[in-house]
Amino acid sequence: MTWGPVTYAVGREKVREYATAVGETSPLCHDVDAARAAGYADVVAPPMFAAVYKAGAIGAALTDPEIGMDFARMVHGAQEFSWGEPVVAGDEVTTEAELLRVDERGGLRFFEFETRSVNQRGESTCVGRWTNIVR
Amino acid sequence: MSELPDLIVAPDRITAVRYAGASGDFNPIHVDDDIAQAVGLPGRIMHGLWTMAQIARAAQQAGDGPLALRRLQVKFRGPALPGDELTVTGKVGEAEAGEGTVRVALEVRQAGKRIVRDADADVAP
Repeated sequence: MTWGPVTYAVGREKVREYATAVGETSPLCHDVDAARAAGYADVVAPPMFAAVYKAGAIGAALTDPEIGMDFARMVHGAQEFSWGEPVVAGDEVTTEAELLRVDERGGLRFFEFETRSVNQRGESTCVGRWTNIVR
Repeated sequence: MSELPDLIVAPDRITAVRYAGASGDFNPIHVDDDIAQAVGLPGRIMHGLWTMAQIARAAQQAGDGPLALRRLQVKFRGPALPGDELTVTGKVGEAEAGEGTVRVALEVRQAGKRIVRDADADVAP
């Protein structure tokens, strides 16, 4: 099963707001001049901003009635991100989500999803692996 | 193995609200004590992805800033809670052959509990 593609437009103020919320103080994430001096077109998203631009696609997967996720009993078990091209304000990042497997172990159900995100040039920005556990 | 400087952060009662707004994740277990307690939690809990962002900040100390982080994997063992200081520790291991990165092993403690262990990152030094 797959979900998406969902496209997210990366805004300069959203990058700054996110960086502030997680305590990222690098000038690359806040200061346009510093980012440009380092060779980027605009402020650079912190790596974990991937969770924001992937939210539309993974959210569609988790809330799909066919998946039937019981949110009251769900915990976020594990997460992996592998990053490619940097994401900067002005980019449009498109994400697809795929269900990789469902396992039952010890009375728990493990759902593993993959999300693949590419920028407007088709370059990979981040691949995510999401493991959600239902008690 | 060389140790990274500990990253110490004290999430307060506004931190999760600010993260909810910045990320768009308004799951009520992160912003509403009553709803969190109704599903068996001690109170509202921090977002796992906020906690992972703190691990990312600790790991990227092995390189030059946020773009040095190439990969990060975590397993959540328990939620971070608002109020208590959280400490992320990291050890830099060997260079990964052919990848141009170093492997960093990380864990997170809060109030004496290891809430994340066996996290690992690849960072361009």
